[in-house]
Amino acid sequence: MWWRSPSFILDRQQQNDTASLNPEATSVSSPPPSMADTLQNPNPDANISAYYQTRAAHHGVLTSDWLAQAQAAVGRQPEDKLLGNDARAASAAGGAGKRFSVIDEFNSWRKQPDLAEAVAAIRALAAVIRASQATTMMELEIELKKASDSLKSWDTTSISLTAGCDLFIRYVTRTSALEYEDFNSAKCRLIERAEKFGEISYKARRIIAMLSQDFIFDGCTILVHGFSRVVLEVLKTAAQNKKLFRVFCTEGRPDRTGLRLSDELAKLDVPVKLLMDSAVAYSMDEVDMVFVGADGVVESGGIINMMGTYQVALVAHSMNKPVYVAAESYKFARLYPLDQKDMAPALHPVDFGVPIPAKVEVEKSARDYTPPQYLTLLFTDLGVLTPSVVSDELIQLYL
Amino acid sequence: MEPRRTSRTVSDPKVRQVGFFTSQHHHHHHHHLPERSFSEPPLPDPFHTSTSTSSAPVTDVSPSGNLLSPVMILPSRHHSDNLHRLSHRATSPTASFSYFARAVVVRENDDSLLSPGRRGIAVKSPSSVVAASSFPKEKAGGASVEVQNDRPAKSKPLKQKTSKAERRATQEAQRAAKAAAKAFFNLLLKLAVDLYSLAEGSKTSAAVPGPVNSANTKTAKSPKSPSQKNDAVSVAAAEKKAGDRQLEKDRKKDVPHPRMQYDDQSRVEKAKRRAVVKQTEARNRVELFRHLPQYEHGTQLPDLESKFFQLDPMHPAVYKVGLQYLSGDICGGNARCIAMLQAFQETIRSYSTPPEKSLVRDLTAKISSYVSFLNECRPLSISMGNAIRFLKSTIAKLPLSMSESEAKATLQADIDRFINEKIILADNVIVKHAVTKIRDGDVLLTYGASSAVEMVLLHAHELGKQFRVVVVDSRPKLEGQLLLRRLVGRGLGCTYTHINAVSYIMHEVTRVFLGASSILSNGTVYSRVGTACVAMAAHAFGVPVLVCCEAYKFHERVQLDSICFNELGDPDAISKVHGREEINYLDGSTNSENLQLLNLTYDATPSDYVSIVITDYGMVPPTSVPVIVREYRKEHLWI
Repeated sequence: MWWRSPSFILDRQQQNDTASLNPEATSVSSPPPSMADTLQNPNPDANISAYYQTRAAHHGVLTSDWLAQAQAAVGRQPEDKLLGNDARAASAAGGAGKRFSVIDEFNSWRKQPDLAEAVAAIRALAAVIRASQATTMMELEIELKKASDSLKSWDTTSISLTAGCDLFIRYVTRTSALEYEDFNSAKCRLIERAEKFGEISYKARRIIAMLSQDFIFDGCTILVHGFSRVVLEVLKTAAQNKKLFRVFCTEGRPDRTGLRLSDELAKLDVPVKLLMDSAVAYSMDEVDMVFVGADGVVESGGIINMMGTYQVALVAHSMNKPVYVAAESYKFARLYPLDQKDMAPALHPVDFGVPIPAKVEVEKSARDYTPPQYLTLLFTDLGVLTPSVVSDELIQLYL
Repeated sequence: MEPRRTSRTVSDPKVRQVGFFTSQHHHHHHHHLPERSFSEPPLPDPFHTSTSTSSAPVTDVSPSGNLLSPVMILPSRHHSDNLHRLSHRATSPTASFSYFARAVVVRENDDSLLSPGRRGIAVKSPSSVVAASSFPKEKAGGASVEVQNDRPAKSKPLKQKTSKAERRATQEAQRAAKAAAKAFFNLLLKLAVDLYSLAEGSKTSAAVPGPVNSANTKTAKSPKSPSQKNDAVSVAAAEKKAGDRQLEKDRKKDVPHPRMQYDDQSRVEKAKRRAVVKQTEARNRVELFRHLPQYEHGTQLPDLESKFFQLDPMHPAVYKVGLQYLSGDICGGNARCIAMLQAFQETIRSYSTPPEKSLVRDLTAKISSYVSFLNECRPLSISMGNAIRFLKSTIAKLPLSMSESEAKATLQADIDRFINEKIILADNVIVKHAVTKIRDGDVLLTYGASSAVEMVLLHAHELGKQFRVVVVDSRPKLEGQLLLRRLVGRGLGCTYTHINAVSYIMHEVTRVFLGASSILSNGTVYSRVGTACVAMAAHAFGVPVLVCCEAYKFHERVQLDSICFNELGDPDAISKVHGREEINYLDGSTNSENLQLLNLTYDATPSDYVSIVITDYGMVPPTSVPVIVREYRKEHLWI
C-alpha cells in the first residue's frame, strides 16, 4: 500500500532492470514491485530500516571521547583510509576472478560511527572510480552509475544515501575536465574531484557549526529533538565558544536518542533538561529556538527527520519560536513528499514495555516529514538558507 | 517605484506632510498617481477612490465637492514646483497617456474652500491649457472649472457643484479656443518636441511628428507641453526627464507586452484605426475591469469574413487561426500556441524577402503585424507571448550571411523543435512525474479541462492505478464535460460536479490536479477562472494542490490579483442559459445602465495554495518558478 513518491524511483527501477554491476546487486535490486519495500533491504531483519540499524550501531559505540578522536583525526584520517583503500582496491582489481563490490566497500566505510552514511557512499564510489578498468569516459560513467544504483537499492529507506550518490555523480561527472583528450588524465581528474567532494562532505559539519554560532545567544534555551551529530557539533562549538545556554532534550522514543544527547551535553557542562516527547508543548514557552537535524532535506525545503519533528515544529510554529535545521548539503534529495504518507516508510521496532495484543496495530514508522512553512532556517555547508533556497540549489545541481 | 519617487523630492512642505492631517490633504495623494506603473490596477484604495474612471462618489474624498476629475494634479503656488510635478508625470509616458485620457485636472492650490480667490486650471489636453489661458475669466471664482473628458457618457456624472449648463458653456468655449489656439499650439508642440528631442538625442527622428498628422502624438506629448511652456527652468527638468525617460524606455523593453489599457480613450482610438478586426466595444463594463478589452460578441466575425479577400497583408494561415481564436474553435493554452506557431511556419514557408530589405527586419515586422492581428482576435496568452519571443529572438539571431532559403528552413525547423521540445515532450515529462504522485485508492479532483492533467489521468489509468476522478466544472464554458467524456470513454471512474459543490466534495478528495495558463514569478498561478477558488478550498481541507504546467508558460512578471491582467469573456454568456428560455430573467435588462456583467476568463491563485508545481524540469515548489526562469533564460533553454 505504500508508494514511493520520488519521480526518479521510476527511472531507477527501469534502470535496475538492465544488468547491474555486480551479481549481488542484481539479485536484490530486481524484486517484484509489490514487495519492493521488504525485499530491497538485504538485511537479516526485514522489519527494520537498514539506515536506522546503522544509526543504532553507531550510537552504541559513539562516545564523546571517540568523537574527539575522530575530530582530531579529520585532517589525516581520510588520506590514510584512502591509501589503505587504494591498496585494497588494487588487490581486488588485480586478483583474478574476485570482483570489486561497491557494497562491501560501502559497508566497510559505514562501520565508522563518525562517518555519515552519505559520506561513506561517496567514499565507496570514489573507490569505484579508482578500481575501474574502463577505458573510455562513457564506460566509466556507466560503471559509476551502476555502482550508485546498486548502493541506492541496498537501502532505499536512507534518503541521505540516495542523495549522496546522486550528488556525487553530478559533482564528479559534470566537469569540463571530461574534455581531456587523454582518458587517464581525465580519470585522475575525476578521482581528484571525488576526493575533494568527500572532503567537503566530511567538513560540512564543522562549517555548519561555525555558521550557526551567530544564532545562539547568551541565556537562550534550545530545544533539541533526537540525536543529530550535526546538532551536537553545533552545541559543542557553542559551549566551546563560552556561550551560556541551556538545552531541553526530548526523550526521543523509542530509541531514546534524546537520552544519549543529554548524556553528551552533560559531559560538556551544558545545563540540560530532559523532557518527555509529549511535554514539548508544555515547555515551549520557555524555549527560544528549536534545533533539529535531518535525515534528508527535500525539494520543497521541508525535512524528513526522526518521528516527532513535525510535531515539535508545529508547536514551535504556533508559539512563534524559530525552528532551525542543521543539515549537510549532501542530504538534499530530489524528493517531494506531499504529505506524511507520501514517502517510503522506514520501519523501526517500537518497544512499549508491555506485550501488545496481536489485534493492536503499532505505528512503526521511524520518521516524519516537516513541511517548509514550519521551518525558519536551514544551516547547511552552503550557508544559512531559507527553505525555498533548497529547491534553488537542487535545480542548479541537477538540471 | 519607491526609490524613484523619493529621488525626485518635491519640496512643497504641504505635500511633504507626514503624520496626521486633515481631510483636505487627501488631495496630496493624487499627484502620486500618474507615476503609478501602467500595469498597476486602479485599486479601490480609500485614498484613491477617485483615481480610476470610476464613478465613485467624489464627495467621499473632497468635502468641497469640486474635485472634478478622476485624477488630480495639485500644483503648489510656485511654478517651479508645479513644473516638477508635471515632469514627474512626463517621466512615465505610458502612465501619462492613460491618465491623460481620464482628464487631468491641474488645480492651483489644494482646496478652493480655503482660498476661494484662487484660480483653478483645468487641463484636458494641451489645447485646453491654451483654452484656459485664453479665457482666464472663465476660471475665476471659487470653483475650478472642469473639462469633461470625452469619456463614455454612461460613466456616472461626477457629483459636483458646477451645473451642466455651466460645463457645457465651458466646453463650447474650449472648442472655440481649440480652433483658435491650434496654430499656436502646433508651434508650441513643435517647440516642446524640439526640446525633447534635444534631450532625447537619438530618438529625434522618430519623435518629431509632422504638425498635420500629429493628432495622436499631440495627446501623447501633451503632458509635457504645459510644463515646457511654463518657464526656463524647464530645461533642467527636461534633462532630468530625458534620463528618466531613457530608464523608462529600457524598462519598457524588458516588459514583453505592454498591454494596452482599454480605458485609455486616446490609445484605443489610435489602436482602432490600425485594427483589422472591427470590434464593437461592449457598453457596460465593470468598473475595475475597464482597462481590459471587451467587445460585443459576434460582431467581429461577419466583418472579418467579408474582408477575407481584401486583407492583403495578412497571410491566410494567420487569418484562419485568428478566426478560429475569435470563434473559440481553438482554445486552451497549448492548442492556441501550437496553432499560432504552425501558422507562422506556414507564413515563413511562403515568405520571400522584398527587394532592398533584409529578412531579419522585414520578417520580424511581418510577424509583429500578425501578432497584433491575433491579439485583436483574442488577447494573447502568456504562453503565446513566450513563443513569439522565442521566434523573434531566433529570427534576430540568424546570421546575416545566411541565404534566404537556408534561413527559412532553419526557422521552420526551430519552430518544430519548439513545439516538440517545449510542449509535447514537456507534457510527457510532466506526465511521468505526476503519475508518481498518484497512489491506489486516491480520489483526484480536477477543475476545467487541462490537457496536461488529462494526460496524467489517462496515463495513470493505463498504468493500472486504482483511483477515482472528480471533475469540477463551471458555467458558462462547461469545458469539464469534454474532459469528462474523454475520461469516461477510457474507462475511468468519474464524478462530475459544478464548482458550487466544491467544498462539499473536497473532503473526500486526496489530491487536486490543476492546469495553468501561466505561472508567474511569485508563484502565482494564472489559470481558468475558478481555479483559485478550488485551490483555496483544497488548502482549507488540507488537500495537496498539484499544478501541472510546462515551463515555457512561466513568466517573469509578478501579479498579485486577477484585475490588472485578465481577459473578459462574452458577458451574454453568463446572463443567458442556453435552452432554458424560462429562466432567462435578464433578457430585457442586459442593456440597462445599472447592470454590469462580468465574465472573467482567468484568475490568479496565490502560491500559498499551491503545494507543488510539476513542470518539465521536475517537481518544484512554486517558489522555484523564478529560479527556473532565471537559470534557463541565460542558456535560452527556457523558451
